[in-house]
Amino acid sequence: MKEIAGIPASRGIGIGPVFQFVRQELIIEKRLNVQPEVELKRLNDAISTARNQIERIYEKVLKESSDADAEIFQAHIMILEDPELFAEVEKKIKDQAKSAELAMQEAGQSFSDIMAAMKDEYFAARATDILDVSNRVLRILLGVAESPTAALIKPSIIVSDDLTPSDTVMLDKSLVIGFCTARGSATSHTAILARGLGIPAVAGAGDEVLSQKNGIEVILDGTKGTAIIAPDEKLITEYRQRIKAANTIREEAMKFVKDPATTKDGKQIEVVANIGNIEGAKSAIENGAEGVGLFRTEFLYLERTKLPTEEEQFQVYKDILDVFGDMPVILRTLDVGGDKEIAYMGLEAESNSFLGQRALRLCLVRPDIFKPQLRAALRASVGYNLKIMFPMVATANEVRAARKVLDECAAELKDEGVQIAEDIEIGIMVEIPSAALVADQLAKEVDFFSIGTNDLSQYTMAADRTNPKVAELSNAFYPAVLRLVREVIRAAHKAGKWVGMCGELAGEPLALPILLGLELDEFSMNPPMIPLAKQIIRNLDTRDMKEIADQALELESPSEIQDFIKEKIPFIAKITE
Amino acid sequence: MKESKIVVNNKVGLHARPASLFVQAAAKFKSDINVYCQDPETKEDRNANAKSILGILTLGVFNGMEITIKAEGEDEDAAVEALLALVEENFGEE
Repeated sequence: MKEIAGIPASRGIGIGPVFQFVRQELIIEKRLNVQPEVELKRLNDAISTARNQIERIYEKVLKESSDADAEIFQAHIMILEDPELFAEVEKKIKDQAKSAELAMQEAGQSFSDIMAAMKDEYFAARATDILDVSNRVLRILLGVAESPTAALIKPSIIVSDDLTPSDTVMLDKSLVIGFCTARGSATSHTAILARGLGIPAVAGAGDEVLSQKNGIEVILDGTKGTAIIAPDEKLITEYRQRIKAANTIREEAMKFVKDPATTKDGKQIEVVANIGNIEGAKSAIENGAEGVGLFRTEFLYLERTKLPTEEEQFQVYKDILDVFGDMPVILRTLDVGGDKEIAYMGLEAESNSFLGQRALRLCLVRPDIFKPQLRAALRASVGYNLKIMFPMVATANEVRAARKVLDECAAELKDEGVQIAEDIEIGIMVEIPSAALVADQLAKEVDFFSIGTNDLSQYTMAADRTNPKVAELSNAFYPAVLRLVREVIRAAHKAGKWVGMCGELAGEPLALPILLGLELDEFSMNPPMIPLAKQIIRNLDTRDMKEIADQALELESPSEIQDFIKEKIPFIAKITE
Repeated sequence: MKESKIVVNNKVGLHARPASLFVQAAAKFKSDINVYCQDPETKEDRNANAKSILGILTLGVFNGMEITIKAEGEDEDAAVEALLALVEENFGEE
């Protein structure tokens, strides 16, 4: 038995066998006595199999994800059918008596090299696509499994270095108990995917997890951020009971999923969802969300080769708004910086990108990025309850500058005769300590605040939440962070504005009593957390929570505060055990 | 054989989505279709198979460059016409 510590990336407990996700290396040996006719036939068969595979992926992605994601695979089909590429492969087989594998590999590599040499992000992406396609054909020729997960046949804990969107697109999610990655963080693709699926994940667990054999039993504790390798029976039984207890409460919560979260003293609390795409939107509705407190728009910009057009964004926004009808949906404008690889934006790498020109700071100097997004959002707003929110605000001037661009966009649309909704509420994320400290000034500029506790914690505590060595400090339960939250809510209410929270804290069972006590107006969280949060809120009385919150904020550390809540409200203690 | 010249005026030239659209349109015809252009710096003549996305991309046709489309086969007239129309309307870009 061995416990490996990592970063908690998605809460929950999973018990199951290890499945090592390894990208296979393709080994091609030179063969003698090659018969060109035989090789050409093999090549053609492999191409037709590859086309079937790609078409299947394309259909799957189109159904489950966005058109933009699907476009990648459409490009793959075009490369697969490219006459120049395959003329080159055939030439190598016919004239140089090379095997189909060798010819394919050489031709794929040389075309990819030509693209890569063009020193242009667009071509660099195509170079990767060519290799991707040629590797697919090679895998078929060599009889290697289509994807590293083809051997995944029973529910397992996926262990990997780190996973990319193309790795997970073909993953059968019903066979994934949890994710454990050697690298990555609570914000990496795997972590976001896991939270969306409501399954546990541990990130940044180090190389040791990669040396665990397939099939070895592991307990993955995504709440604590640990993986226990080869646990003994006693521990497994203990964890199984915890899963069972948690499931009972969850099942109960699911019974009332569509009911509002009304506290014991009769206050109806707004519980909404954090979403990042249409899948999340659907999951939000299933889990009883009363709207969207945070619609992340980054997905529209990642994994592609050019900016999404206004038209494309308009369609996506409209599709999402349509899921929610007249429920509120808060769209957050683009939140990226130098840490994200978006080659086509030409962002410069910064030595400290979390303190760099990111999010609104970037948008304000890049109207080519900012304006199409705002125009698309305004156009999509007609007939829905859309609100717009700007991330990473530090000063009142930034809010005014952002509103000015928004007003310009609205005026342009009006001139063009395009209709937009009246009275769209405008808000900001409060996630920088400076914004929290001058919340009274910022409240004058906006209709609402939404507190982003993940960034607020790391900026307040000066601790990078992706660095395992200091991640513990980047915890929203530190009283410094909670006191800022209290001040923000006070300042907003004084100005007659409402405050939501879209950071992880808003869905934390142990934080709910404190946030109710601080009179937070709106709670926004990942869809799978909603039923439980609502059920907890139903069992609390806000009149008692004020006192509890005040006392909690006098304590010194997260563990003291959490223990205090557990002691005061035993039923929540049971859920979080 | 049918051939015709046209200046490419859309923003990115024969790249990205316009290149895909061009190749998809060319692939609909039975004729052999080739695109010719001249390197603006070296004045070297280049050409590519219009049905090859890799060929068209590496041809490097940017905004403002003139290309010659040559088609040979049973539907050569329709092919050249269709491709000219696509370039003329700037690939449906805004």
